[in-house]
Order: sequence, then structure tokens, then C-alpha cells
Amino acid sequence: MPTDKTSTLDDVIGELRDGMTIGIGGWGSRRKPMALVRALARSDVKDLTVVTYGGPDLGLLCAAGKVRRAYYGFVSLDSAPFYDPWFSKARTNGEIEVREMDEGMVKCGLEAAAARLPFLPIRAGLGSDVLKFWEGELKTVESPYPDPDGRTQTLIAMPALKLDAAFVHLDLADAHGNAAYTGVDPYFDDLYCAAAERRYLETDQLVSTEVLVKSVPHQRLLLNRMNVDRVVHAPNGAHFTFAGDYGRDERFQQFYVASAKDPEAWKAFSRRFLEVDEQTYQREVAAWQDDQKEDGQ
Amino acid sequence: MAGRPEGGRTVSTAETQAPESTEAATRAEYCVVSCAEIFRGAGEIMASPMSPVALLGARLARLTFEPDLLITDGEALILADTPPIGKTGAIEGWMPFRKVFDVVASGRRHVVMGANQIDRHGNQNLSAFGPLQHPTRQMFGVRGAPGNTINHATSYWVGRHSSRVFGESVDIVSGVGYDKVDPDNPAFDDLNIHRVVTNLGVFDFGGPDHTMRALSLHPGVTAEEVAENTGFEVAGLADAPETRQPTAEELSLIRDVLDPKGIRNREVK
Repeated sequence: MPTDKTSTLDDVIGELRDGMTIGIGGWGSRRKPMALVRALARSDVKDLTVVTYGGPDLGLLCAAGKVRRAYYGFVSLDSAPFYDPWFSKARTNGEIEVREMDEGMVKCGLEAAAARLPFLPIRAGLGSDVLKFWEGELKTVESPYPDPDGRTQTLIAMPALKLDAAFVHLDLADAHGNAAYTGVDPYFDDLYCAAAERRYLETDQLVSTEVLVKSVPHQRLLLNRMNVDRVVHAPNGAHFTFAGDYGRDERFQQFYVASAKDPEAWKAFSRRFLEVDEQTYQREVAAWQDDQKEDGQ
Repeated sequence: MAGRPEGGRTVSTAETQAPESTEAATRAEYCVVSCAEIFRGAGEIMASPMSPVALLGARLARLTFEPDLLITDGEALILADTPPIGKTGAIEGWMPFRKVFDVVASGRRHVVMGANQIDRHGNQNLSAFGPLQHPTRQMFGVRGAPGNTINHATSYWVGRHSSRVFGESVDIVSGVGYDKVDPDNPAFDDLNIHRVVTNLGVFDFGGPDHTMRALSLHPGVTAEEVAENTGFEVAGLADAPETRQPTAEELSLIRDVLDPKGIRNREVK
């Protein structure tokens, strides 16, 4: 019988250290491992480097002052007002050092790390200010093979994005780390896991291996046991981003944005939704949603 | 590089099919047709419009002169049908984000991005304003703009043409412009900033030294108006003809099929 990897959020946080590089799966405001992000935001861990296709995950970590450096292709909430307020504040206050890059460079850097290569060549980035964002850390590489016309291609040498830890959210998983997505897009969660030393999976539904493999076509089995160290059962864990069984909570995301505008409002938001454990968060969200429904009538 | 396009007055379908109703074409409808023209001759590639007017243009092109274009639902599905804006329809394939990057690298794509800033050589910014590590205003970051511009045809749609957008220089180069090209490096060979369509007209970078050039101005727009709202000199401005008339078929497709709710009007100032 393979190892039972089921863990609590606290088990995961207990393995993290100051200064780590953490990759966060999902995309923008889509299937983000928000339960793990919330646990990290309320922990004592600090000075993190975050690698992400950024959304409110990066926003919440910026709000908690956890981020020293960020590597990202973009940061977006995917619906109006699109720009994450806490990431914006961290940037305009000069609080974080960024290694902004083309979206395709994130994939490329994770693939290099997954294959244990120091770099992979890519065109994206050439001629743009990505090179300036990287302040000398990003270099080019010349092909040893000239083109037919005798000229030689010089390309971006995208360095491996090696991660100390990866956080991902999958819709369905077993206790051993086999996991599947049920939505329309796997995003890059397998690459984050392949690029990381320690791999942390949260899932909406924890099921037996038999149920898992019968529930989805084989091609949806994105992660296998070699990719995962701990499995956290976190129903609705991706909230307020969307996951397989539920849509994005647009109203709550807008409430998050509105709360960020005013210190008092943020204090209230933080007290109710962030300085609490995951169970309390989910209960308070349900209560908040009920209030919204009543207000709408 | 594509040369000067078919001038509006010489497009035969417009001349032969345009009934009286075309006179009532709105500015937004000229913009949609101009965005459709971005894709003329594109063939069997992925059209990736990033905003409503550009999306309407791509779908209009697909319903008229470019039936082999691939379009997606903006999420991960390739559409078999050409549904109205905001609607989905029958699908023909799967295009999750990681496969989009494969398409980008293949070059078989034409993207129409927005822009917070564009300079006279086609450098574009949608990342942030101000210093790189301490911006005054944060937007999206560079997104896919560096990869798009270096790999395949790229056009821009700007709903409000102003000298704030079209300034002397951009704060952060996310989309690569022609003055960044290293002619000795073949990796730059596919840079192709095909068109800039705005609420005032249609432009390319066919001016001297790949500078922005006027190809047509929408009816009612004067050269002075463009000059006043552009922070640099626009090549060919005095000689730019009028944007071509939409055909009756195009107007009907825009108004009755693709955008019955008039979403196009919200984007055109």
C-alpha cells in the first residue's frame, strides 16, 4: 500500500522556511490553491520568492507582507477591475523586487527545472524590457548551428525556475497524490510540481484511487504519486477563484478589491476572513454569501 | 512585411454591394470592419483578439473573407461556429493555455492586443507606468506581449486615440517595436506589427524607418484631429484616404448576428 500523504494545512506550513521559493499553480483567478495561500499568509513564514501566473494568490501574500521577490508572467484577477490591488500597492510602494517575464517564459523556466536543465532557449523576451526587469540575471545564448543564410540565432537562455515548494489545487485526488482536473484546462500544475523539491496538493474531493480513475478520462490524471509529497483535503479550497465544481465567486472577489481600498475596511476583511483557520473562513464565506442574497432581494 | 493594403475605394465588394444603408455606418462599425481587415489574407491561423471590437472584427472576417481562421472561446475551446460576442457555440478542438504557447512559438497566430502606450516605432506597453521596480501605476505586467511580438503577426486596437497612448516613448517595452530589431539575429525576423486600428483610423509601421503611418482615416476624422491626438508625426497623414465603407452584408452581420446589443459602442470613444 503506497504512503498515505493526507496532511493538514498546518503540516504543510510547518515544512516551510523563511526565504523559500514557492511556485503557485493555477492561472490568474483560476483554480488557485487558495487554502494553502491563506494558511501561508497567516503563518510566520516570510521573505518569500513567489513564482506564479499571478492572481489574488500573489495579492493576498503581498497584503500579508510575505513577498520579497516575485517571478510572474502577469498578475490579473481575470474580471473587472482586473488589476490586483495588493500586488499594485506592493509595486507602487517599491516593496517587492520583480522578475517580470513573458508568459511563455514561465512555462519554459518550469520545463527547464523539471528536466534538470540549467536553461532552455526561447525567443520570447528578446527586444523587450524583460531583460531590464531581470537586471543582469537573464542572459542570451547563441546557437551552435547557423541558419541556412549564415546568420546565427541568439536567443534568451531562460534559466530553470527551481522551486523549494509548489502549491497546486486539483479537483479530485487520492491519499497518495494521484490527482485529476475536471475543468477545461490543466494550466501548468504538473510543471510546478515537477520543478519543486516539496510538492503540496490541495483537493476539493479526496477519494479512493479506484473512484479517482473511474471518475475521469485517463488524460485528466495530471499528477501521479511521484509528483506529490502531501495531500490536503480542502473542499472549496480554491475559493474565490474557480475550480472544477464551482465558478469564480465574482462578488466576493469584488468585495476583496473594494476592501483593499480602505484601511478600516481591510482590517474588517482581514479579521473576518484571513486571521482565521480554513474552516472558519469557509463558514464566514457561506454566511457572507447568504447576506448578499438577502441584500439582493 | 505586408505592403500598403487595398485602399478603401478599390475594394470591389464594397463598391458593388453597398446599398444606402451603409451610409448610416457608425464609427464603431468602421472600427469593427477595420479590425476584420487586419485578418485579410491570414489563412488558417489562430486569430486572437483581446477586446470586444477586435473580437467582432475577427469573427466578421471569419464569416466573410477568412473562413479558415481558428477562433477560441477565450478560455480553452476552439469554436467550430462563429457565435455572437459573449456566446459560445459548437466546438472543434481544445486549446488550453499551455498549447497557446506552442501556437505562439509556431508563428501560426495573429494577435490583436490593447495598449496603454505605443510609440512611433511600435513599441507597446501594457505592463505598468513609471520605473520598472517602483512603478507609479501597475497594470498587468508584460503578459504574452514579448512572445507575441517576436513570434508572429501582432496588431493593436486602441479605442481612444490620444497623445497619452501615442507618445514619444513607452515607459516599459512589453510589445517589441521595430527599432529593437537586431538585423544580424534571425530570431527577430518574424517581428510583424501589422496594423494599429483606433477610433480615428487605420495605421501601420510602413513609414520611413518603420515609423507609424496612416493608411486610412474613418469618415468624419480629419488629419488635424489625428495630429492633435498623436505625440509624434504620423507618416502619410495628409494623403490618407477614408476607411472603406462596410458592405451591406458586413453591417447586417455586425448589427443582427455578432453584436445585436451594441457592445462595440462601449469601446469606441
